[in-house]
Amino acid sequence: MKGSNLGEFEELVLLTIAALVNDAYSVGICDELEKHTGRSVKLGVVHAVLNRLEEKGYVKSKLGEATSVRGGKRKRYYTVTNAGKSALLAAKEVRDQLWSMIPSVTLKPAR
Amino acid sequence: MTPEHTTPPRWATRFLSWYCKPALLEDLEGDLNEYFERNCKTKGKLKAKWIYVLDVIKFMRPYTLRTPKIINLFFHWIMISSYIKTSGRSILRNKLFSSINIFGLAISMAVGLLLIAMLSDIYSYDRFHEKRDRIYRVNSLYQYMDQKDQDPFATTSLKAAQLIKETFTNVEDVAIVQRDFSADIGYGEKKIPLSGFWANESFFNVFSFQLLQGNPGNALKEPYSIVLTEESARKLFGGEDAIGKVVVHQEKEYKITGVMADVPDFSHFKFDMLASISTLPVLDPKFNENLKWDNIWNTYAYVLLPEGTVPQDLATSFNKLSQVEDKTVEHVHIELTLQPLLEIVSGEDLNNQIGRVMGKEMIWILSALVFVVILSACFNYTNLSVARSLKRSREVGIRKTIGALKSHVIFQFITESIIISLLALILSFGIFLLVRPHFIGLEDNLQHLLSLNLSIPLVLLFILFAAVIGLFAGIFPALFFGNLNAIAVMKNLSAKPVFKGLTVRKVLIVFQYCISIIAITATLILHKQYKHFVAYDLGFTTHNILNIRLQGNKAELLMKDLEELPEVKEMSRSMLVSGVGNYWGATMKYPKNPLDSAGVYYNQVDAEYIPLHNHQIIAGSNFTNTVVDSIETEVIVNQGVLKRFNIANQDPEKAIGEVLKVNGKEVRIVGVMKDFAYGKANDERVKEIMMREGGKDMQYLNVKILSDNWPSTYAKIEKIWKNHDTVHPLDAKFYDDEIEQAFSGLKASVKVGGFLAFLVICISSIGLLGMVIFTTETRIKEISIRKVLGANEGKLLFLLSKGFVILLTIAAAIALPLTYIVFSEVLLTNIANHAPLTWSELLTGVVAVLAVALIMIASQTLKVARTNPAEVLKAE
Repeated sequence: MKGSNLGEFEELVLLTIAALVNDAYSVGICDELEKHTGRSVKLGVVHAVLNRLEEKGYVKSKLGEATSVRGGKRKRYYTVTNAGKSALLAAKEVRDQLWSMIPSVTLKPAR
Repeated sequence: MTPEHTTPPRWATRFLSWYCKPALLEDLEGDLNEYFERNCKTKGKLKAKWIYVLDVIKFMRPYTLRTPKIINLFFHWIMISSYIKTSGRSILRNKLFSSINIFGLAISMAVGLLLIAMLSDIYSYDRFHEKRDRIYRVNSLYQYMDQKDQDPFATTSLKAAQLIKETFTNVEDVAIVQRDFSADIGYGEKKIPLSGFWANESFFNVFSFQLLQGNPGNALKEPYSIVLTEESARKLFGGEDAIGKVVVHQEKEYKITGVMADVPDFSHFKFDMLASISTLPVLDPKFNENLKWDNIWNTYAYVLLPEGTVPQDLATSFNKLSQVEDKTVEHVHIELTLQPLLEIVSGEDLNNQIGRVMGKEMIWILSALVFVVILSACFNYTNLSVARSLKRSREVGIRKTIGALKSHVIFQFITESIIISLLALILSFGIFLLVRPHFIGLEDNLQHLLSLNLSIPLVLLFILFAAVIGLFAGIFPALFFGNLNAIAVMKNLSAKPVFKGLTVRKVLIVFQYCISIIAITATLILHKQYKHFVAYDLGFTTHNILNIRLQGNKAELLMKDLEELPEVKEMSRSMLVSGVGNYWGATMKYPKNPLDSAGVYYNQVDAEYIPLHNHQIIAGSNFTNTVVDSIETEVIVNQGVLKRFNIANQDPEKAIGEVLKVNGKEVRIVGVMKDFAYGKANDERVKEIMMREGGKDMQYLNVKILSDNWPSTYAKIEKIWKNHDTVHPLDAKFYDDEIEQAFSGLKASVKVGGFLAFLVICISSIGLLGMVIFTTETRIKEISIRKVLGANEGKLLFLLSKGFVILLTIAAAIALPLTYIVFSEVLLTNIANHAPLTWSELLTGVVAVLAVALIMIASQTLKVARTNPAEVLKAE
């Protein structure tokens, strides 16, 4: 499987989808990411990432109900698949391992 | 809330749905909409729209793009071939309408082809010069006191040309060309008349004329050097090598220093030979006295600018030069301007042109006329197609029901019109070939300027042109059919779609007939002006006078021989032929009013001239003596001169004996003659004229001839001429013919106008015919029933033609006053001595056009009115 490892931004998006549970759609994800990271997130980028994640099988999507906002267009809701969950856990594990190797002194900001 | 009402730009949404994968589209569109609504509230509508558009473009990524399927392309191809097939069938099915369309388009396109070929010729002038983009000609604008000339001269002073060459730092080189090195060149026993220019040594550096033999750098450097073209070298020396040979020109020996390739056809000036300009000061020791700033009549200066320089850079240098040099002459200010080499032939028609030019105005007028003709033919197409919509709409309805999109229908109809226009191209190409020689032969100027030869790019241009015409003609019907509502069409086959186009069609017919009427009346008016000017009373007699150009021969000897002929009644000599657009001027002063001076036009004549031409002398007498040793003592002036200088209170009798100064020399008025047209019948500017006693400067022999058999008389004159001059052919023209020649431009416009008027009338008649046939055909059942019920033919005729007659009346009501106002208020006011505008010319045109139209309407309606109703109704 090509490119099955998770990039940093992909990981963030995937985490957001998981955090938003049943309300994860493109614009919502964008807003949530913006809120937490504090940097502006471009819709185009999120879209591309969502598309890639779906290709990799980490998320799946389905169209929601039509509403009067969005010009009557339906939202596409994303949920994390099992493969996605295990990829997230695997990434967390790698980090935790690395974190545990760091002596606490080195991470104190230097004066 | 207002933000809800604003929507993102529709075209952007459409663009998105065009390129985006269907699976992703809805979500993407929704997201963009959500952002748009949000931005509307926070950033304003305008910015929100802008962001939306940008986002749509940004979303064009590989993963969003629709992948074209080969199968789709295949289907498209099948559809296209189906369109072509159905178009072909529909063209064949409606042979009458198709041929009307094709024929109408073809004649208009033929004119378009002529125009394209002409423009392509005009714009290929001077392209062979390698440095063409950097070569500019120096033109001069002449201002005497406060009188500023309207148009610049194409010439400049030799002094200016030399100063530019020597002192200007921002000029690479200057080619100086001076007029009038045209005379007989002798080699041994041979003598050949050649025409050419004086040119300086930069000539071959600036221009890319190909020097076959000799050194381009210094071929024209030394005095008494001549460069011949290949053809003139062959004429002069046969097969011999020309370089180094010595030839004789006006008793001086010149050396041939170069042979150049013949001047290309598309060069704005043409010549047989060039002589070094450095010869001039050597020839004439007083030459440098002519080096005046205001002697701007004979020299052409072509500057070569360095790469990267724009002509505006020279403007300040020119202004400085003018400021300094204006002080060297009196009352004269000369402004120098630059004209790009490539715009000489297509640019404005300046005074003193070196060669022939087309003139910007002429190009614009012709283009506009051709455009109108083509427009008219396109209207025909539109009109007929929309009119036939009743029949075609069924086809379109079925197509749409089966699943054709709007774009498919539009595509189909445009294909059809392009096929028709390509068919028309074939026909129009034939017409083009047929008309081409006549068009070129229309006028002298066209004959010399144009060749209209075909080339591959030109033919490709023709095809492109046809396609554009097809697109243009077909776009309106195509949109019309594309917008048809399939259900409405299928449900109700009533005249609804026909009705929709009705007003448009009426407007088009009125427009076409307006143009036709304007075209024909304008032509008739021009024709009347031409006749008027040719027959204009110039103030002297021109009948049966033959003007023979002396071409350097002794007049006395020739006259002695001509006197022997019984047909020759009287003879006189003159310097120029007046009344046909020749001008020659001198400065006149009236010593009793020493501060005043004026330019006065003149002709030099002998004592026989005035009685021969029946010039009327109202006081005093003809010349009383003959000029001895070119000292003139007598002058005859016209009334205008008396008025201008207020000589003897304008009393002709008392003016006799008054002394005038002409070019500084004193002469006595011996006679006062009535005013006459010196320049041309339509030239009012020339008010002051004098007749000077002629000495050696006589150029023409005016021979009054009474002959029953002109060809034999001409042969006799030619024989006498040949005894005197073996080099030049006889150049003799009847005065009346020369006057006609002087108005040949007007004659050509009459011809062109007449031709175009004919075309426009043809086209609109064809269109009208189509419309009449169509309407009568669709109403044939109605007519039959009316007939059965007892209507007579006259009533039916009235019923059918009423609508068209009303349209024609409206057209006439618009066109007539328009033509009248344009001619009487605008065009004719600029022409002096023009013939008055009468209603007869205006009405003749209208009657002619309407008669043709009515005959057509009547013939068709009568045909229908006379059909046997049983035949028609039986078919149901």
